[in-house]
Amino acid sequence: MDGHGGAGRRLTGKPRSAAAYRAKLGTGMPDLLDRDMRVAIGVGGDERLARAELRRQIGRLEREMGTLVAEAFPRMQLDAAVPAVTRPARVLDLGELEAVRDSLAARIGAARRRLSERDELETRNRELLERMLAAPAEYKWLQISRDDIGAPGCGHWHSRPRYGVLGMLMGWWRVRISSGCPLPGRLAAVEREKSEEALPAR
Amino acid sequence: MGAEEAGAELGWEPPSKLGWVAPHVAAEFPGLGISWIEVDGRPGRSPEPVRRRLRDLSDRFYGAHAIHMRERPIPWAYRVFFRQIGLDPDRTRTPVEQLALDRLHDGGFKARGMPADALTIATVETGIALRAFDADQLQGALCIRDSAPGESLPGRPAELARGTLVIADVRSPIGLLFGATGEGRGVEEGTRRIAIAAVQVNSVPQIAVEEALWMVTAALEGA
Repeated sequence: MDGHGGAGRRLTGKPRSAAAYRAKLGTGMPDLLDRDMRVAIGVGGDERLARAELRRQIGRLEREMGTLVAEAFPRMQLDAAVPAVTRPARVLDLGELEAVRDSLAARIGAARRRLSERDELETRNRELLERMLAAPAEYKWLQISRDDIGAPGCGHWHSRPRYGVLGMLMGWWRVRISSGCPLPGRLAAVEREKSEEALPAR
Repeated sequence: MGAEEAGAELGWEPPSKLGWVAPHVAAEFPGLGISWIEVDGRPGRSPEPVRRRLRDLSDRFYGAHAIHMRERPIPWAYRVFFRQIGLDPDRTRTPVEQLALDRLHDGGFKARGMPADALTIATVETGIALRAFDADQLQGALCIRDSAPGESLPGRPAELARGTLVIADVRSPIGLLFGATGEGRGVEEGTRRIAIAAVQVNSVPQIAVEEALWMVTAALEGA
């Protein structure tokens, strides 16, 4: 078996000849035709199926990670980064693919744990909110935001006394709901005001 | 009657040329491919319809889109491929994710002139990774292969690490796959003909590639 053709047959399952590639390429890259392809990618042909399987697993894990990141948004930001094995890009060998797969699996595990902890916390906060709404006096000054219960948008529930000090003395407690996110117009006005303040006085 | 003859009768030509992938790389990455198209065009300010289209795109693209993008099949396929070739798509962004990030950072898809704007529109609409080269500087078919010992990118003295995946013509590498372009091979001031290359990865349908190339062509020809 010659190194070139033999490697090609093992990797692709199809016989091919250097002459055919030379015809396809023209005469510009003789070096590409003459080198051993196994050496070029630095791995043996027998591992090809294992590498294909690892790539499939990486694809599945990547999908899982994408779903988790989307599920967490906008409540929390999951760190999905897995350190790059190489730069620039190249064909990875079995060990490197395993490292990518394992790092990705570890990230997913950590992301799941964080998400699950967050879900538990939000559930507890929702229960606390229900109790606070039922009996505001038992949760004096407690403030629960929409973010705390995993709800989108701004705003919070705040246990406060009615009529200020009088309400405090009389035990008249109630839950106030904030008015939500500031309107864009108001934010723009604040920005304008700030920039005007920053201008030097004439 | 062959497809080409039928196409000619209808006044339609197969729009793109199919490049090739080195067999040992193709064996590792089934579905990897490169298609390209050459269009008369030169770099310059984008015409108003292209700029308007960028604005429209900006208006219908939000942060949530960027987050959910990785769940869509084509952006996901590129992310997976990045992982498989040793890149971290959260550090070295896929083309469509990089554009999404720029959109969020800049508050809109900023016009950067042609052909960059045409590529932006097609990439955001289809998710396909596109590259622009100076067609007059290319020789023969484009291909994806690993670098040979002693090879470097044109205009760069540093030798490429062995096995680096590159886009090449018959002479030499013209750019890294998802990386820098060789000096004199990209679209520059004197470019008169532009080659738009689409890098296809596994799970990306050919029709999406054709659509992306068609979009770029339409934008460039309208310029």
